[in-house]
Amino acid sequence: MSELRPSDVVVIGAGVVGAACAHYAARAGLSVTVLDRGPVAGGTTGAGEGNLLVSDKQPGPELELALLSLRLWAELADGEHDFEYQRKGGLIVARTDAEASAMAATAATQRARGIIAHAVDAADLPAYEPHLSPDLTGATHYPQDAQVQPALAAAALLRSGVRLHTGVTVTGFRRGRDDRVLGVRTSHGELAAGAVVNAAGTWSGAVAALAGVSLPILPRRGFVLVTEPLPPMVRHKVYAASYSGDVAGDDADLASSAVVEGTPAGTILIGASRERVGFDRSFPIPVLRRLAAQAIELFPFLAGVSVLRAYRGFRPYCPDHLPVIGPDPRVPGLWHACGHEGAGVGLAPATGHLVARGLTGKDPEFDPTPFAPTRFAEVSS
Amino acid sequence: MTGAPEPTPVHPPGTDHFRIGVDGRHIPAEAGQTVGAAMLAAGIRSWRTTRFAAKPRGLFCGIGVCFDCLVTVNGTPSLRACLVDARPDDEVSTT
Amino acid sequence: MIHDLVVVGAGPAGLTAAVTAAGFGLRVAVLDAGSRAGGQYHRHRAGRPPAWPPLARLHTVEHLAEHRVWAVERVADGFAVHAVAGEREGTPVTVTGRRLLLATGAYDRQLPFPGWDLPGVLTAGGAQALIKGNGVAPGRRAVVAGTGPFLLPVAVALADAGVEVSAVLEASRPTPRAAALAPHSPARVVEAAGYAVALARRRIPYRTGRAVIAAHGDHTGLTSVTVARLDADWRPRPGTADELDCDTLAVGYGFTPQLELAEQLGCATTPDGFVAVDARQATDIPGLSAAGESTGIGGVHLAAAEGESAGYAIAGRTPPRALLRRRAALTRFAAGLRALYPVRPGWLSWSDPDTLVCRCEEVPRGRIEDAARLGADDVRSVKLLTRAGMGWCQGRMCAEATACVLSDVLDRPIAAPPPTRPIGVPIRLGDLAQGAS
Ligand SMILES: Cc1cc2nc3c(=O)[nH]c(=O)nc-3n(C[C@H](O)[C@H](O)[C@H](O)COP(=O)(O)OP(=O)(O)OC[C@H]3O[C@@H](n4cnc5c(N)ncnc54)[C@H](O)[C@@H]3O)c2cc1C
Ligand SMILES: Cc1cc2nc3c(=O)[nH]c(=O)nc-3n(C[C@H](O)[C@H](O)[C@H](O)COP(=O)(O)OP(=O)(O)OC[C@H]3O[C@@H](n4cnc5c(N)ncnc54)[C@H](O)[C@@H]3O)c2cc1C
Ligand code: FES
Repeated sequence: MSELRPSDVVVIGAGVVGAACAHYAARAGLSVTVLDRGPVAGGTTGAGEGNLLVSDKQPGPELELALLSLRLWAELADGEHDFEYQRKGGLIVARTDAEASAMAATAATQRARGIIAHAVDAADLPAYEPHLSPDLTGATHYPQDAQVQPALAAAALLRSGVRLHTGVTVTGFRRGRDDRVLGVRTSHGELAAGAVVNAAGTWSGAVAALAGVSLPILPRRGFVLVTEPLPPMVRHKVYAASYSGDVAGDDADLASSAVVEGTPAGTILIGASRERVGFDRSFPIPVLRRLAAQAIELFPFLAGVSVLRAYRGFRPYCPDHLPVIGPDPRVPGLWHACGHEGAGVGLAPATGHLVARGLTGKDPEFDPTPFAPTRFAEVSS
Repeated sequence: MTGAPEPTPVHPPGTDHFRIGVDGRHIPAEAGQTVGAAMLAAGIRSWRTTRFAAKPRGLFCGIGVCFDCLVTVNGTPSLRACLVDARPDDEVSTT
Repeated sequence: MIHDLVVVGAGPAGLTAAVTAAGFGLRVAVLDAGSRAGGQYHRHRAGRPPAWPPLARLHTVEHLAEHRVWAVERVADGFAVHAVAGEREGTPVTVTGRRLLLATGAYDRQLPFPGWDLPGVLTAGGAQALIKGNGVAPGRRAVVAGTGPFLLPVAVALADAGVEVSAVLEASRPTPRAAALAPHSPARVVEAAGYAVALARRRIPYRTGRAVIAAHGDHTGLTSVTVARLDADWRPRPGTADELDCDTLAVGYGFTPQLELAEQLGCATTPDGFVAVDARQATDIPGLSAAGESTGIGGVHLAAAEGESAGYAIAGRTPPRALLRRRAALTRFAAGLRALYPVRPGWLSWSDPDTLVCRCEEVPRGRIEDAARLGADDVRSVKLLTRAGMGWCQGRMCAEATACVLSDVLDRPIAAPPPTRPIGVPIRLGDLAQGAS
């Protein structure tokens, strides 16, 4: 391994969020080193899906982040990077009249914030998705929803202007007299840095603890089923209107509603369940069965399609479902970029952008207080 | 599907002999023989092309592990030709 | 109904264990993906079972043929084994047992070389299966290549099926030490000598230190192979390449164990990648045993001896001393044999950047090397960046080769981890969904 060299910024974590922070910091002229105990995208980034959704978000700070990110992803994809960016659009379908009216109400508030959302009658659904179940009552089409392949995206963002060290675990922080962070201690020696960004995803709480502060980030388990490769059958990201309720839900129990989407490789991805069971690495069969059943409910043809594999990831989740982004006033020199739960891929570029602006002393694009690391202080201490 | 020099069956014809269709062509098969074996015995060495480079594929591992030999039998897709026993009047379609 | 014992795999190990346990009064179910019991070694044509005693006692167990097991899980009073019955339409089936024995065997290990994806290139075991199970010869003119004693019966079977076998090419040079193993298993050495005579009688040349380093063909498939002499590291010696015409290549470089079911249960594995078992064939998971080639490659006799020991142990009996002695001797013999046929890293020099490593997703070696340069330093992250190992076979054909390519680029040893396949074999979503709540 090449030697660890002092840098303006050290980013802990080579997932999509750390990669985006590093990319934008490097673009802003800073020297950047990224450290990961594993390989690139070896954490949750390599264990999730790559949906860039606005459709599942209510107006609020997360949606602002998502909208900025969408613009940035499109711009990144325009460059020399290839990470399977596709602006394919989302289609949220309703199975009952009650679901349909709730869906329409959500769409109205999203439109007010500038999101494009078209109501689709049941009769017009086959024109959008020829293989959808005929039993649906209607849908909303969100043309802005897009997708990337997260691992490729993280690797692409790290390709230029960034020093990457994989297989290096951060074990502590170097602190100055005023307790300021001066760098990190690692399994491979110490490394001086002007600032350190904690982008350790689901493990960010543990990294924060190394600096003596708490961050309430917990794992929320999710499974994805992957089918055999097929000719294109599913054009959009298709999911049931009840999905957004699962995303926002606080229930520790299993919540799942299938999001069905095709990939450029021909496979169909069926995600994703949500459970708070700690880092339980088992694959409970009832969860897999339920995802399969829900996907078939949307696309009956899937019953005859083989599933080749299933994988599991642990989303980094905060009690208020918002990420933690920005400097930690408790530890000068330490920044956080973590806790993006099930939207870290979607929110990565905007997160990186915000962090880079902060690191170079520029004003943020919008008010970052909802993401402040200290917002949990009362609860956690 | 592509042909090759026709290999010889190892055993002389027995009793349980029948025919199966492969893309409309009839080939002999025996009870207990897999669809893939019957096709190979009829000189058919490949019956699938790959998704990206359109390379021909047929049997490789012969025991259901590699999935190179996928065929459609009587309309059921993605069956392993090396595992599916042939039945009289099976219709195999290749791609 | 809950069985006393459920066995996955009706090969030499699994079926021996099953009938042994049934002989002590246990209620036993045996699931196997194949349509006839016997596993790889006792594979046979319909209606022509070989004279192998456990097959004659098949009626003492519940044999569930054509049952593909896709998952095993622990349940309150034992284990649930989830399968799909029927190779075509398929019906989901769950069988439960107080004890579980995994005897899932192994499959041929492959080392990629240019042209290994041409039709006409078969695994050595695949060629054998075609002949034994189907009575079909794979072609007219064959070359047998790879490493290990298994190449010999394959060559003989091909010749007896009427195929002209141009040569058996053994990449290793095993002869001198082979004799030293004789005390451990006279039967095995006599068998090997028997094959040597059989090859000679059929005028099949047996050449050591040689390999097929490329296969060539046209749109119909294989037409010839390039053969070269190898140095001790398996790099081709310059100027030794030669072309042989053939329509069939049977190739195998040893065997890879089928571990996914054991892995689903979180069972401990050995450093060299097999299910770890004790002298009673028990794993570290209470109630779970394993036997046969998934616990170590050792051939049919060892697999059967392990199965028999497991059958005794599971029935709560002490295996006879003679059986344990035989198993111990066979285990030593197998270890010695494996040491004679190691895969050497020079095989990487047979391939070029365009040579496919992952057949399913068509990922060439060059793309794996690129991924390593992008920060992928294990098999899983290569998979994420290149799709190598993501296809139908779920890395069974390429994971070990991918690890070798990676080791080569990064210049340090990288092992293929035990496979994580929560869906052990593909299952239709409709079958998976049954029983969903
Ligand atoms: C099933 C599932 C589906 C999902 N689908 C989507 C989706 O469609 N769209 C979407 O936007 N998001 C989705 N997500 C969420 C998304 O995957 C995550 O939000 C995102 O990947 C988080 O990225 P990250 O970079 O913060 O974390 P990670 O990718 O986990 O990266 C953190 C890195 O930090 C490293 N690290 C940790 N501790 C240390 C240490 N001490 N020293 C060095 N390195 C360390 C880890 O090795 C890891 O590589 C999904 C998640 C799951 C589980
Ligand atoms: C293709 C092939 C051909 C061989 N031919 C010979 C030969 O001719 N001579 C020789 O000496 N050795 C041969 N061998 C070596 C052989 O592996 C051993 O000698 C012996 O058969 C090992 O016995 P076993 O019981 O451990 O495993 P196997 O005989 O491999 O039996 C394992 C059984 O488990 C079943 N199984 C595995 N996974 C599942 C699942 N998920 N669901 C349901 N069923 C499952 C398989 O269908 C198989 O029947 C061959 C090996 C292979 C791979
Ligand atoms: S030949 Fe490998 S699965 Fe059929």
